[in-house]
Amino acid sequence: MDFNDTPEEAAFRKEVRTWLDANATRKSDDKQSFRARNDDPELLKKAKEWQDKKATAGYARLTWPKEFGGRGASPILQVIYQQEEANYLVPLGFFDIGLGMCIPTMMAYATPEQLKRYVKPALHGKEVWCQLFSEPAAGSDVAGIRTKAERDGDDWIINGQKVWTSGAHYCDFGIVITRTDPNVPKHAGLTMFFLDMKSPGVEVRPIKQMSGGANFNEVFFTDVRIPDSQRLGKVGEGWKAALTTLMNERLAVGLPSGGLDIDELMELARETELDDGAAIRNQQVRSKIADWYVQQQGLKLTRYRTLTALSKGQTPGPESSIIKIVAAPKMQDMGAFAMELMGHAGIMKEDVPFAAGFQAQWIGGAGFRIAGGTDEILRNIVAERVLGLPADIRVDKDIPFNKLTRS
Amino acid sequence: MNFDFSDDQKLLKEQVRKFLADKCPTKVVRRVLDGNETHAEDVWKGLVDLGVPALGIPEEYGGMGLSPLEVCVAAEEIGRAAAPVPFDSSVVLATEALKLAGSDAQKKKWLPELASGKAIGTMAIAEGAQPPKPRNIRTTFGGGRLNGRKLPVTDGEAATFAIVLANTGGSGDRAVSLVLVDLTQKAVAKKRIETIDPARKHAELTFSDASAELLGGEGEGWRLLERLYDAAAVYFAFAQVGGAEAAMWMARDYALQRQAFGRAIGSYQAIKHKLADCYVKLELARSNAYYGAMMLTEDGADLPLAAAAARIAATDAYDFAAKENIQTHGGIGFTWEADTQFHYRRSRLMALSLGGPMAWKDKLVTRLEQKNAA
Repeated sequence: MDFNDTPEEAAFRKEVRTWLDANATRKSDDKQSFRARNDDPELLKKAKEWQDKKATAGYARLTWPKEFGGRGASPILQVIYQQEEANYLVPLGFFDIGLGMCIPTMMAYATPEQLKRYVKPALHGKEVWCQLFSEPAAGSDVAGIRTKAERDGDDWIINGQKVWTSGAHYCDFGIVITRTDPNVPKHAGLTMFFLDMKSPGVEVRPIKQMSGGANFNEVFFTDVRIPDSQRLGKVGEGWKAALTTLMNERLAVGLPSGGLDIDELMELARETELDDGAAIRNQQVRSKIADWYVQQQGLKLTRYRTLTALSKGQTPGPESSIIKIVAAPKMQDMGAFAMELMGHAGIMKEDVPFAAGFQAQWIGGAGFRIAGGTDEILRNIVAERVLGLPADIRVDKDIPFNKLTRS
Repeated sequence: MNFDFSDDQKLLKEQVRKFLADKCPTKVVRRVLDGNETHAEDVWKGLVDLGVPALGIPEEYGGMGLSPLEVCVAAEEIGRAAAPVPFDSSVVLATEALKLAGSDAQKKKWLPELASGKAIGTMAIAEGAQPPKPRNIRTTFGGGRLNGRKLPVTDGEAATFAIVLANTGGSGDRAVSLVLVDLTQKAVAKKRIETIDPARKHAELTFSDASAELLGGEGEGWRLLERLYDAAAVYFAFAQVGGAEAAMWMARDYALQRQAFGRAIGSYQAIKHKLADCYVKLELARSNAYYGAMMLTEDGADLPLAAAAARIAATDAYDFAAKENIQTHGGIGFTWEADTQFHYRRSRLMALSLGGPMAWKDKLVTRLEQKNAA
């Protein structure tokens, strides 16, 4: 056992480092982030410039076929690139949904002409894509969406509302799942399209989150016209297309990085005085630190097991399905506990070391437990796909969508 | 990145697994649990024939000279079967103690016998109610003579020799030493004691001027024990991972078969989510155990930390899977006839026999503090 690269991986890592050294600034420590240093409204512009540079050098999507600007490389090389890139001050995150989910769905369903038109600008960061799936009444049960698409000659007319759409306010294109037939059970009446986000009738309103941030949006469709040529897959087969998109979401391997963790919690515990001395000497505190350390290590090492499979050209096992189930509650609970160590001052946003960072985890953790699959849905997935337990009873399975009870 | 066992190691694992599935089904565990035998001698003999006790013993001492990784894969399978054999006592603790602290003469005498299955070794540390500490060990060793009483001692009846923690008169942590004692002599009395896991027999050993010798330096007992327990924690973690996985699948199989309110209970989220949590804990434990095995193999500086993490994660995974297995079975799971009790009993035995999770969590943070200060 070892954590070493194969000779091929080592050579690639060296190549990547050389390129990054020549094109970006190395972080002074691993907590430093581009955003913290460059909190300016020009962030998207800078991100687009970086993406273009990266795509031109062939690092933007290493696993994609050469005809689409990739290298047809093994997923482990993609991971190595990302590991190395994380050590540099570069703006990231704007293109993950587009390149990780939307464009792969396009590759599965769009015409060669459309791919020729859309893939390259997306890869180079010239055009940004979003994914329009969730709705106010369809979150975990995403097949319950109500946004309507009605045929009108060679076009479709879209009416309805999407929610939690990341980046919709700066996106150029999106893929949208709609209901084209309410007279059949819910999964059978869906159809997927892609659309220009600047189409008349599309209105984007940012959602202010509990954390104060606004990375997500509501998107309203009022008589939006989409040509039938922008349909992805057959009419009524939108669920199949949506599964393609979501499967690609799961292929994105990654752990939340940066932010405060065990080291900072220990430092806080060393500096906090409890009745019986420093908090770090208190057995309850030590017990919690140990539990979270075991989780933190467990997640890191579980990822190494997945990477080992990728490195050997094997399909990884299901072990990475535990990551968010563990990481999200840990973030929330550890944040809350660190604040508790500070006592009443734990509520203050200023003047208290680490307070803001741990508060951000406590707040952010509440959202992280929901985003991209709730704790509960992820447990269902593990139970059904890993342990082979039966799917939940679906009382709506055979009932036409327009006959269902609605919230 | 090569954070996995080799194909050869996986083959060995499969071999041990098949042997135990065939020769050590749960009815063998029950036989020992209900019966009088000290351990399943038939199963133990088969494991000896497979070479399991010889795996980690150097070739010059009659073993196979393989790495800790081979012992780890065997441990996982022993744990999966909840096998009633002296693996933890003899293959892990006694063998590792000799490898760690034994003189050449001691190794020459005992390791070949352990490898060939002629001898069974064990460790005798605890002395009843108080968790053992250098200051409270009352068993004494001096002038080649051992006196005192040890309990509980795993496989105390079956064992040929024991490695005993005894007071040798020093101060502080240096008050104690490891002492090797032949248990076949008349000055040693063995008495079976009742425990929560009758499938693994335990004894009280009384030494009355028993002839014995130091294992390692005088006053080095506590330091050696800490190092030994780090290695043991890794091997135990693999056994616990195997047991946790077995308990999880036992619960899952029952949840598929048992009908209530018109459907399989495994289709209810209360059961599904509980078993998903078993899986989450199992994988956290497995990953931490792998790292422990890696550090043990390369004698890495991170071993103390990795061993503690493996121990904590694996104890948690096995405890949780074992208790929720009973819960998933409902009333039938609480009967003497049900196989659920084997893992419930074994998980608690393994959780306590190297010191419980609370002590290991404290150790882990101490080691983290040391690492951060370095």
